[in-house]
Amino acid sequence: MIWNQHIECMSREAMRSLQAQRLRETVNRIHTHVPFYRQQLQQAGIRPEDIKTVDDLQHLPFTTKLDLRDNYPFGLFAAPQQDVVRLHASSGTTGKSTVVGYTHNDILMWSEVVARSLAMADVNRNDIIQVAYGYGLFTGGLGLHYGAEKIGASVIPISVGNTKKQLQLMQDFGSTILTCTPSYASFLGEAIREAGIERSRLRLRAGIFGAEPWTAEMRKEIEELLAIQAFDIYGLSEVIGPGVSMECPMQNGLHVFEDHFIPEIIDPDTCEVLPYGELGELVFTSVTKEALPLIRYRTRDLTRLHADVCECGRTLVRMEKCVGRSDDMLIIRGVNVFPSQVESVLMEMNETKPHYLLIVDREHNLDTLEIQVEVEDQFFSDEVGELEALQQRIHQNIQSMLGISARIKLVEPRTIERSAGKAQRVIDNRKL
Amino acid sequence: MIIRQLSVFLENKTGRLTEITGILAEHGIDISAFSIADSTDFGILRMITSDPGLAETVLKAQGFAVKITDVACLVVPHVPGGLHKALRLLSEHGVAIDYMYAYATGDNAVVVIRADSLEKMIRVLEEHGEKFLEPGGDNP
Repeated sequence: MIWNQHIECMSREAMRSLQAQRLRETVNRIHTHVPFYRQQLQQAGIRPEDIKTVDDLQHLPFTTKLDLRDNYPFGLFAAPQQDVVRLHASSGTTGKSTVVGYTHNDILMWSEVVARSLAMADVNRNDIIQVAYGYGLFTGGLGLHYGAEKIGASVIPISVGNTKKQLQLMQDFGSTILTCTPSYASFLGEAIREAGIERSRLRLRAGIFGAEPWTAEMRKEIEELLAIQAFDIYGLSEVIGPGVSMECPMQNGLHVFEDHFIPEIIDPDTCEVLPYGELGELVFTSVTKEALPLIRYRTRDLTRLHADVCECGRTLVRMEKCVGRSDDMLIIRGVNVFPSQVESVLMEMNETKPHYLLIVDREHNLDTLEIQVEVEDQFFSDEVGELEALQQRIHQNIQSMLGISARIKLVEPRTIERSAGKAQRVIDNRKL
Repeated sequence: MIIRQLSVFLENKTGRLTEITGILAEHGIDISAFSIADSTDFGILRMITSDPGLAETVLKAQGFAVKITDVACLVVPHVPGGLHKALRLLSEHGVAIDYMYAYATGDNAVVVIRADSLEKMIRVLEEHGEKFLEPGGDNP
């Protein structure tokens, strides 16, 4: 089912013209209301009236996560506080989180793109949708919630965790759709198998999974475990949250809702715009957002865009599943983790040197993080209890900074490989 | 009375202990007592050696985390109740033992002890006629 036939099947020319009109409005908006952007445009020697078509986008400066942090919390907002009806914040924190805001219209637009996404998995008002994404500051739960309500499906806002209750309600309420991170889906699938729940007692038919990278193998595994069709949804809070793009039943890429978010692919090193089909960093310009419109926001996700018409009939540009990151960010159990965050925790402790290695693995479908830290002469105590207490302190500091539990392993000095160039700080064994 | 014990941080990996004993052997350093304290992830090798200063230098040069800790080596008669007498005295005088390890040969046993107050421990035990190895006389 296509939720918004008019937009989703629009001709490329009509889409370009709609985008151009909205881009001009957005550039005016940020020029008027956001001092940061006014200064950025001035420095680049661009007047708002210079931006006429989508092609002119390439003259505009980029926005990065650092810009959001530097303007924490509301410095990039283009709407007055009384018009902001919702605040979310991303989990990826180096001291400060990334704050995003929504006006009433932004929430309506978000609901619209999530409704379009759900419709791609053929969700309708007869469905019972179990939203097992986290609710709260994280955009996953509420994002899916509003979109599902817009469609008129029955929403179970159970949030993430409490697996026993998830399985209970899934059976008692007859959930037909599951939405959560792919790792939690897989975890729930295992739990169903372990609990010996007969497939006939479940009515699940599809799952909509996102917020972390997952492979084709993982899709197959989840589809077998839960006996459902698994769909990939993509989004990031800086752009809107879940519902920036979504897979249709053809499963040959995720359709970007480009009437709201204009995608570009750039070379992450030269920042030059690349043509369709080439691999590079995904960049978004939000052209309808009121509270926090971002110009050329660098997602750091590496992917390709395709503009040919999909067999499903949609003309919206498709993005491939992201193949990696142009920075060193890891997504561990849905949480953004930068090795530099671990480094700053170690530096601040004054008890360790920043020689560390992150080892990420996936055990029983859940991500695990081990942090190896070198023991230095000056911090080496010859008492087991003191070293164990040091391990515990590192564990707690990492937990409070990153919000995830890591196994801390003390290793001998100079055993973590040094290299002349960029240090190898991460071993990711998940093969994503 | 105080003897310099050498402690080395060890990952629980095969061959690490052999590397240390090899390095000490090459430099003519004799080990008269040792113990390994271990957790699930790592171990701490503690040793009484003939030349703790040299041992520290050569092991550090090979990249090991090394620490010199003061301990005392109590000599007790190798008879029933020999150790008990000394430990009872420490307990009565409120001296807490952090760790200890021991070996017995012939008539005597040597107990390596790390305590919260080494000086007090030595004083208490000597006042009661207990004996300690002298520094430099590590090899009884």
